[in-house]
Formats: sequence, structure tokens, C-alpha cells
Amino acid sequence: MAQHKDTKAIAIRSRSLLQESWLRFRENKTAIAGMTILVILIIISISTIVIDLVDGGATYDKYVISQNLRQKLALPSAAHPFGCDEYGRDLLFRMLWGARYSLFSGIACICLATIFGGTLGAIAGYYGGKVDNFIMRLMDVMMAVPATILAMAIVAALGANMRNLLIALAIPGIPKYARVLRSSVMTVKGSEYIEAAKAVGASDKLIILEYIIPNAMTPLIVQATLGVSNAIMSIAGLSFIGLGIQPPAPEWGSILSSARTYMRDAWHISVIPGLAIMISILALNLFGDGLRDALDPKLKK
Amino acid sequence: MKNIIFKRLIMIIPVLLAVTFLVFGIMEMTPGDPAIAILGADATPESISLVHQQLGLDQPFLVRYGKFVLNLLHGDLGTSYKNNLDVMGQLMQRLPNTLLLAGLALIFATAVGVPVGIISARKQYSLLDNICMVGTLLGAAAPNFWLGLMLVLFFSLRLGWVPATGMVSGAGFAKSLIMPVITLGFQSAALIARMTRSAMLDVLRADYVDTARSKGISESQVTFRHQFRNALIPIVTTMGLQLGVMIGGAVTVETVFAWPGIGRYILESINLKDTPCVLGAVVMLAIILAIINLIVDIIYAYIDPRIKSQYETITGKRR
Repeated sequence: MAQHKDTKAIAIRSRSLLQESWLRFRENKTAIAGMTILVILIIISISTIVIDLVDGGATYDKYVISQNLRQKLALPSAAHPFGCDEYGRDLLFRMLWGARYSLFSGIACICLATIFGGTLGAIAGYYGGKVDNFIMRLMDVMMAVPATILAMAIVAALGANMRNLLIALAIPGIPKYARVLRSSVMTVKGSEYIEAAKAVGASDKLIILEYIIPNAMTPLIVQATLGVSNAIMSIAGLSFIGLGIQPPAPEWGSILSSARTYMRDAWHISVIPGLAIMISILALNLFGDGLRDALDPKLKK
Repeated sequence: MKNIIFKRLIMIIPVLLAVTFLVFGIMEMTPGDPAIAILGADATPESISLVHQQLGLDQPFLVRYGKFVLNLLHGDLGTSYKNNLDVMGQLMQRLPNTLLLAGLALIFATAVGVPVGIISARKQYSLLDNICMVGTLLGAAAPNFWLGLMLVLFFSLRLGWVPATGMVSGAGFAKSLIMPVITLGFQSAALIARMTRSAMLDVLRADYVDTARSKGISESQVTFRHQFRNALIPIVTTMGLQLGVMIGGAVTVETVFAWPGIGRYILESINLKDTPCVLGAVVMLAIILAIINLIVDIIYAYIDPRIKSQYETITGKRR
């Protein structure tokens, strides 16, 4: 009997940080709702990409790109639940195929920004002094220009396409992540286990990668999750003003942009893509808030 | 306090120098030759090099940058490649429109956000609180350009209450402002409400609040003099940040409502590859952003005497 009790106690104690966080996350119903929507969006994105790869883009060409002017601006019906756009293309198909732009480019953009910003922030926080001063003043300069405007200037310089859009949106994001990681690195740096590692003669590289980064990552992860929703908003916004993903690609923001002309006759084209953007952002925000509460219970109010 | 303000003003200069360099460098990479844009595709090499000379484009990058900075010190941002108009003059026409829009949007956002936040915090976990918080979640998630389209769809096209787009001069001016202001301020209202709620919750059960109550002052005085005042710092921070975001992000709203602001000016100039205009507008926005940040810092000192004395000890030490 006694043995059983002991193993149970050990089992509880040996739950990893990840398991602990998941247990806390699971209890948060709104966060689970956000995650469910996200998973659905990811499934939609991946399955449309798989379909494109399997049939070599035949479905994409037939339903998403090719025009059918006979059903131009058709209102939602049984045959076309979301109606049709100004070229008679089924809006449901365009929405499904457009999910990938918002989601994956949002994620990719934040990955870029966190990798560069995080590295700069970690270096600044760890070395301090002149290095810190130099990097952080550089970040101040980048923050001195409004993010949207900086992104617009970069897209203008590089040309409007998918890759450049990602770069243009990632660059204004760098200072934020640099600041976040810098401050958490500075907190961790003062701890005793870092001193211990230094005392046994561990190299700077080892200390940063093995001890500091894992311990300082939580705020960065939380910020990054919430950053993805910002990135999605910006991608849609830039596409809306014509500097992002170009038609006929079914990006949600660019669908909205062309819908403006037909608002009087076809309300559905301007309502549905916006709702889709709003739901994605809402889902990410709920998920991100839940993640923050689960990873760092101290922050929860 | 005056010292701190002066010092901060001085510190804007190196930041602006770096910003102009950054943006000058970015615009340098812009493909396309402005001379060809001006003369047309079938221009002869001689006329192209003549235009280059006129625009000063035959000089090296650093020389041109230096000249740009020198002119900037005189308040001269150069002339547009396209129509030869003075950039500063054009900006001064457009800038007030954006500042008016963003300023009113901030007032709208504060007027909605702060009361909602206070009520939600006072009635935490009540039905009202839940409704408000769901509202702010939706508000924070709705892209502003889409919200603008929805307002146009409903209030202009369906009901015909307000003009759909454009800036109407004269009597209709205020009316033409309503939808752009709400559109631009909505998201900020949601964020300010959330920030106000959490800042109020932080101070709701502070010891000094209990002390104030035990002295027997009225509940509204407890809320406003003791709780709200202490919750103001994060709220003012959010407001300052939001004003910056709104000025920079106004471009989409200006596009929806065909509002002649600075965001649309940048967009038009980008599409025309009119580098001096883009550069001038971005520099102008950076200056405005720096001033907003400074004002926020000064407001801190007035809200919170502790911060003021902190400022003063800093200057005292350095002097």
C-alpha cells in the first residue's frame, strides 16, 4: 500500500512544466474555444494546400480563380452558401482558399520577428553595457516610425508580393520582441543558477542557450501568440489598401478591397471576409490570453 | 521638470537623424527611376541624365542625405517629383485632417472606454461586466477598415443618415466626421476599456481604499479620487500608445472614407514612386510620435507626484 502512495506522489511531482501548463489551460473554457477555432482554421489551410498539391492546382483554378460572369454578384443561396463575387466566383471557395494567407503568413511573420528580435534582445540583455545601449537605441529608432507606415515604406521599396510583405511586417515587430526578451533575460541573469554555471566555467554561448533562453522564453511565447493576431490584421489591412497580396489571390483583405465597389448590390462580399478576419483574430486573442494565464499564473489577475 | 522636458526634446534629435537615415535608405532601394516616371518610358538617355542633374540624383547617397538633413533643419522637405509642389506645403494641408481624425477618435475611445472599464471593474463578474468584456473582445478583434465598411453599408446605404465617403465642407462637415471617427476609435475604445478595468481591479482592494472608506467619504469619491487616480498611469500609457497607433494606422480608415489625410497621401505617393513626399511624410509622423511620447511622460508627472519627484532627482543628479 505504502509503495503505491509513494509512486503516486512521485508521479504528481514529476509532471513537466508543459503538463502543468496544459492542465491549467484546459480549465479555461474561452481559451479552449479559441484553440478549437484555430485548429479548424489550420485544418482548412492545410487541406486546401494538400488539395492544391494533389491535383496540381486544378480545383484552385476551377473554383477559386476562373470567372463565371453569369452568376456575377449572386447572393447567398443553397448552391453558393456565401454567394458569388464580382466575377461570379464562389465566395465560399475563395474564403477557404484564402485562410492560408492570413494564418500562415501571420505565423511566419511573427516567427521572423521573434527570431531576430529575440536574438537581439537576448544579446542586449546578457551583455549589458555598450552592446545593450547600442542595440536598444537602434530599437528606439525603429519604434519611432509608426509600424504601419514603416511597413508601407518597406513594401514600397521591395515591391508588393507575399515574401516582401512578410519582411515588411516582421521588421517593425522586431523591437517589441527584443524588449520583451531583453527584460526577461536580465531578470534570469541575476539568478543563482546562472552564477553557478559561470563558476564552473561554462561558456557564454552555453549559458545563453542552455540556461537563460529556456527560462526567459515564456513572456516571448505569449507576446508572439498575441502578435500573430496583430500580424493578421496588418496583412489584411495592407492588402486592403493594395500593398499586400495581389488579386486574384483570394486573400481576405483584398477581397474586401474589391468588394467596396459593389457594396450597394452585394452586401455579402463585404460582410463575410471581415467576419472571417474578426473570428480568426478573436480566436488567437483568446488562445493567447489563455496561454499567458497557463504559462505564467503570476500574471493572472 | 523644465529640465527634463528640455532634455527629452534634445534627445529627439538623434532619433530623428537615425529615422531619416533609415527611411532614406529604404526609399533608396525603391525600384524604378523617377526620371523615367516623369519623362515617360521613351525618354532619351540625355534627357534622363538632365533630369537626374536637376533632381540632384547624380550625386552619391550620402551627399543627398546630408542635403536632405540640412534642408530639413530649415523646414524644407523638398519638392514632389510628380507635380513639383512643395512637400511641406502639401503635408501641412493633409496633416490637420489626420490629426483631427485621430484626436477626435481618441476622445471618442476615452469617452467610451474609461466609463465601460470603471463600471466593469466595480461590478466584476456581473452580467454587465460579462457583456462589456465580450464587447471589448469583439471590438479589439474587428479590423477597422471592415468596421468602416459595415458602418457605410448600414448607416449610409441602408438608412442614408450620413454621407458614405469624403470630407464635406461647411454644414455637413461634422456629419462627415462621425463614421471615420467611430471607425478609427473603436478598437482603441475596446483596449482602453480593458486596460481601465484591469487597472481599476488592481487598486480596488488596496489598503488606502479601505482607509478612505473608513473615513466615511462617499463611494463616488472613493472611486474617482482614490481608485481612478491611482489607476490612471496605465490608462494614460494606453491612450498615448493608441494615439500613435491611430495616427499611423489611419491610412486604412482614410482609404475607406476617402478622407484626405496623411496616410492616403503616403499611399498615393508610394504608388507614384514619389520619394520626397513619402520621406517627408514619414519624418513628419516620426516627429509627431516623439512629441506625443514626450507629452505622455509630462502628463505622468502631473498625475503622479512620485514620478515627478523621480524626474527631479534624475536631473538633480546629472547636473
